[in-house]
Amino acid sequence: MTATQDPTKPVDNGVDVDALLGARDVLTNAREAAAFTFTATNRWINGTHSRSSVKEFFGLGAEQSHRAEYSVDIDHPEVFASPDNGPSPVELVLMGLAGCLTAGVASVATNRGIQLRSVAATVQGEMDLAGILGIDPDVRNGFSKITVRYEIDADASREELQAVLAQSQKRSAVFDVVTNPTAVSVELA
Amino acid sequence: MAHAGAGSTRRTDVVVIGGGQAGLAMSRCLTDAGVDHVVLERGQTANSWRTERWDSLRLLSPNWLTRLPGWGYAGDDPDGFMTAAEVVAHLDAYRASFGAPVEDGTTVERVAPCSDGYVVDTDRGSWRARAVVMATGACSDPHKPAFAADLPGHLQQLAPTEYRNPAQVADGRVLVVGGSASGLQIADELARAGREVTLSTGEHVRLPRTYRGMDIHWWMSTLGILDERYDEVEDLGRARRLPSLQLVGSPERRTLDLNSLGGRGVEVVGRLAGLHAGRAQFSGSLANVCMLADLKQRRLLDRIDEFAQEHGLDAELSDPVRPAATAVDGTRLDADLSGYGAVVWATGFRPRYPWLDPERLAPAVLDGSGRLRHDGGVVDAPGLYVLGLPFLRRRSSSFLDGVGRDAIDLAGHLVGHLERSSAAIG
Repeated sequence: MTATQDPTKPVDNGVDVDALLGARDVLTNAREAAAFTFTATNRWINGTHSRSSVKEFFGLGAEQSHRAEYSVDIDHPEVFASPDNGPSPVELVLMGLAGCLTAGVASVATNRGIQLRSVAATVQGEMDLAGILGIDPDVRNGFSKITVRYEIDADASREELQAVLAQSQKRSAVFDVVTNPTAVSVELA
Repeated sequence: MAHAGAGSTRRTDVVVIGGGQAGLAMSRCLTDAGVDHVVLERGQTANSWRTERWDSLRLLSPNWLTRLPGWGYAGDDPDGFMTAAEVVAHLDAYRASFGAPVEDGTTVERVAPCSDGYVVDTDRGSWRARAVVMATGACSDPHKPAFAADLPGHLQQLAPTEYRNPAQVADGRVLVVGGSASGLQIADELARAGREVTLSTGEHVRLPRTYRGMDIHWWMSTLGILDERYDEVEDLGRARRLPSLQLVGSPERRTLDLNSLGGRGVEVVGRLAGLHAGRAQFSGSLANVCMLADLKQRRLLDRIDEFAQEHGLDAELSDPVRPAATAVDGTRLDADLSGYGAVVWATGFRPRYPWLDPERLAPAVLDGSGRLRHDGGVVDAPGLYVLGLPFLRRRSSSFLDGVGRDAIDLAGHLVGHLERSSAAIG
């Protein structure tokens, strides 16, 4: 355990680590409660423009709900002859990855007694459009490479911060989603 | 109930299941305590060392680090590494040194509770005992992922317990799955034999064979790391699941890691995540699992340097030369298995207790995942013990040198149990 902090002055990164660790203990002994289903809905608006929303989800053995319905408009940029009403779907994936890793950074740092002052990430996904345009069958549709660069100001050594980033990746759902295959079925209702 | 045709039920105080290092260590402790017992061994002493090891395998820990209760290495090469045959001889001599009451060629078929302990049915008769120690180790069943069943049929599949040498492996490229000692050693041996090899690894534990001129096990022993207790570590579940250390015991004391494999032409890829249309899919997390292992190795070497400085050892030791950061490509995310001839599943082991009575014992002592519920080897059933599992009571619990100290602890508990149950009956 890293002890870079004055123990009389507990770190506060706004993460309730005790609650997280408590949930881990509870769910270890009640595995069925750990089974979650997340649900997003999407409605076509016009052209490449659509709106995705989240509100309800299932977990801890019961229906759960966000405080409000959250929506994001999704579209393609103007270089694709689209009106650009919002982030593109692939950019949403990068946004999700960064959000997941940053949440992990805050949680892991707090658990290790590291006070954060600022955390900023830049995520770049490289993509060859020859894939989605069907120009070259050897090129995949998705990203060929994703690079995440973090700038972190904190009371910790560079090595400790590298360890925080490594642990954050290890426990990240979206990192797993993008690095490992997932069975996907798309059906007509 | 005695086994059909096996005669009457014999009585003893303790039945020890398994005649390897764990069972023999327990037998020695019980002998010293004057407790009547029998060791039931399915084959011969150290059976898995005789029948489930590859030809070139040597112990990961040096000869001096093979101490058992009342026994130690007496040869002239304390810093060497025993071959599997030498481990067998070491344990055979141990058994003979105190006349361990071993019944060879005896397979346990069922353990069930009875009024004063347990009935142990075997293929050679039954025993009635007041306590049972399960000492069959952690490597009963080689584990492989469920999707192994979907591998293309032309591929030869081998577990480390089945692998013997490169000549046995089918022609074509070989996929070795697993970044443990087994996976790295087998990949290394295949590459040295001129085979094309891909090694798939998830999280792994990287260590140099020697650091500052001393064996890494000497350092871990000296720093007290091997003695860390199960009730002291922060996350015991994780400590128990750690893959074996990336080490090889060799006369030249060489370091075996992903860099050395890469230098030998082995292609290193991420964790095998699935199969799709005849292709293996590898995780894109390779860079991170290598970073985790490098950081962890660096923390250990920092601790060693601090220890050396605090104890004034710097002048005696060679300079702190750090291993290079792991350099892996990590861009290969899948592979067409039609060019492969074999897959070696070095993906760990699961202990197995098939003899636990499915109605009267198993439900009380196994959790939902089939794992034994125990506290440092004291199972959730009076008089039932387990020995030889990873981090059972200390970090070295599954090492030849550590299991003996667990045996001493558990024998103490067991003798107390026998005394208490006698008092209760009396």
